Amino acid sequence: MAEEMRVLLEYADKINPESADEYVKVGGYVGLEKARQMEINDLIQEVKSSGLRGRGGAGFNAGMKWSFVPKNAEIKYVVCNLDEGEPGTYKDRIICEKNAQALLEGMAICGRAIGSNQGYIYCRGEYPFTVKLLKNAIQSAKELGALGDFNIEVRMGAGAYVCGEETALIESIEGHRGEPRFKPPFPGVAGLWGVPTVVNNVETFACLPSILTKGSAWFAGIGAAKYPGTKIVTLTGDAVNTTFFEVPTDYILRDVIYKLGGGVKGGKKLKAVQVGGTSGSFIPEQNLDTQIDFDSMGAIGAALGSGAVLVLDETRDIVDIVTRISKFFEHESCGKCNPCREGTFRCREIMEKINAGKASQKDIDNLLLLTRVMQKAALCGLGQAAPFPIQSTIKHFAHEYARKIV
Amino acid sequence: MIKLTVNGREIQVPKGTMVLDACQQAGADVPTLCYDPDLKLAGSCRMCVVEAKGRPNLMAACVSPAENGMVIETESPDVVESRKIILELLLARHKLECHTCEKDGSCKLQDYCYRYGVTDSRYAGQGAHFGMEDPNPFFKRDYDKCIICTRCVRVCDEITGAQAINVKERGHHAKIATVFDGKLDDSSCVFCGQCVMVCPVGALTSKVSAGKGKSYQTQNVLTTCTYCGTGCTFELNVKDDHVVGVTSVRESEFSPVNKGALCVKGRFGWDFIESKERLTTPLIRENGELRPASWDEALDYAANKIKAIKEKDGPDSLALFSSARATNEENYLAQKLFRAAIGTNNVDHCARL
Repeated sequence: MAEEMRVLLEYADKINPESADEYVKVGGYVGLEKARQMEINDLIQEVKSSGLRGRGGAGFNAGMKWSFVPKNAEIKYVVCNLDEGEPGTYKDRIICEKNAQALLEGMAICGRAIGSNQGYIYCRGEYPFTVKLLKNAIQSAKELGALGDFNIEVRMGAGAYVCGEETALIESIEGHRGEPRFKPPFPGVAGLWGVPTVVNNVETFACLPSILTKGSAWFAGIGAAKYPGTKIVTLTGDAVNTTFFEVPTDYILRDVIYKLGGGVKGGKKLKAVQVGGTSGSFIPEQNLDTQIDFDSMGAIGAALGSGAVLVLDETRDIVDIVTRISKFFEHESCGKCNPCREGTFRCREIMEKINAGKASQKDIDNLLLLTRVMQKAALCGLGQAAPFPIQSTIKHFAHEYARKIV
Repeated sequence: MIKLTVNGREIQVPKGTMVLDACQQAGADVPTLCYDPDLKLAGSCRMCVVEAKGRPNLMAACVSPAENGMVIETESPDVVESRKIILELLLARHKLECHTCEKDGSCKLQDYCYRYGVTDSRYAGQGAHFGMEDPNPFFKRDYDKCIICTRCVRVCDEITGAQAINVKERGHHAKIATVFDGKLDDSSCVFCGQCVMVCPVGALTSKVSAGKGKSYQTQNVLTTCTYCGTGCTFELNVKDDHVVGVTSVRESEFSPVNKGALCVKGRFGWDFIESKERLTTPLIRENGELRPASWDEALDYAANKIKAIKEKDGPDSLALFSSARATNEENYLAQKLFRAAIGTNNVDHCARL
């Protein structure tokens, strides 16, 4: 584990994550104090210059996002996305379990920057224990007076993947069906209950205290220049060490799997890696020497996404896996837009036909045509990204499909 | 003003104009299914996708604000491909019985399939079948034809305010339903039929007009509803000299009072027109029997009786009870008649609850 670089998880298991007192003893809430003493514009500039980009998957510059929030709006909200619905991703849960106070501090820093005194944490429905932990952590911070006049409320999702999409998340907090809104207007202008809202991921917020404490230059100097800082990756599948690691963003995928992950279980060969969760592309062995930062992953046609790393050994049946994935998307499509509602259903149908050995090349052509339209025309990221596993495996593992078609 | 180019034509539009309107201004006919100018935007059918130069994805024109310098193509190969596939996806879930469908000839799905040459769907397979038949006397609900554009949901919420229906379930299983998916009769539905009016396909049609004539077979006559004094405008659908239905005109120019909205009576209650029980001439009761009379005879008869009562027992022995089916002006004249000509203030009206 020597090569990990722990910033967010520096005090993991050394302090009680619920306790604000213990967090303060290791230097917590200094960043927020510093933020309070800074001019608002300087604070936003500091976050901008740190180069911190969204850790939820879209990779948008956090300070830039904050700067879009209208200054004169009376009510504004800070929303933390803890929906963490991508299968194989559990980094946000780990951050909460190891360092929940850093998340609260990060949200309060954002509140200071945009002029909001109300935050919401939207926690996925499958994490009731995290909700409990966070409520205790908020209570502890309140008792210590660490958050000042910044309030944080925890709201719980009901198990919909699409609610990880920021506007669907907002709809869900408002008590509506979890369906994405069209953009613009972006949440920064009209978000929760129609007022300016910043939605950031848990990991993004948790980076803020150390950026304020140690300075933007320090943060900008870690890892990849265009996507600086550390990233928590979560290993699943056929790796030896299926656990989480915090690494600088210029770390390469091969080292994640072979150095930290201990390689493939049972000494088998690696067939593919899926990075970023179920909507991520499949990466073949020859592309493993890629840095895990946002842009490098994008350059090989993949996406860093949430930082989930699913390792598949040589015995895995790619077509079977993608069939299961297509079933997942069929189940999770909210049904609002035509390309996704009907497309994910038909993708699953065709994938099952291929997997059952009943499909022809014509079916694969139809599938590729459908995924191209979904990618271009779907309303939100779900429908636009659902095609990636299909497209990337047809590209890199064509022989596996060829074996099954008639 | 914002300058943009649509299909090679430079145009200027005011700030805040949506790309869809800009395209229309430039003479481009962009297809839409979920868009309705009177309702909140949904941006969900994706039929109106257009290509904006420099953007990786297509944009839904109805929900995208026009921006300075945009270069838009409304029928590029990518756009046409997407629209064709979207139509094929909709066809794959749509019960194709156009020959007996009430909407045949005025169905947007049919029109766009014709326009883009979509004869068949390569994605036809299994699919959810809803087969909803609702035992109400007014709407036929056939959700095997529904394309989930949600215009019915929005009109019910935004125009009628009944909020009787919404989307139930997720993904391909999504369907329009009342609360707990019960009958419309048990919901807050008032059977105004605004949903039938906005449905772009044959999922919602009138049971009262069923089988009586398709839209292209009828002649539509603009008229005013006689049910109350509100004065809603609608069109009587006439086929072979018989009224076979009522449809709305939504343009303010023709429908200044109701802009297409009607109530259950106006939209579905027109079968009295040819009812055998309908009175078509005044009747006078003689020796306990009613006999037909002319208007002159009936009015003279009534006037003489009123005069006689007034002379015998005084004007306050008479009273006027007028109707909400008459207009304000008619009601004004009626009370004037009683106050000025007959000389009583005994005036009342059925709509003074």
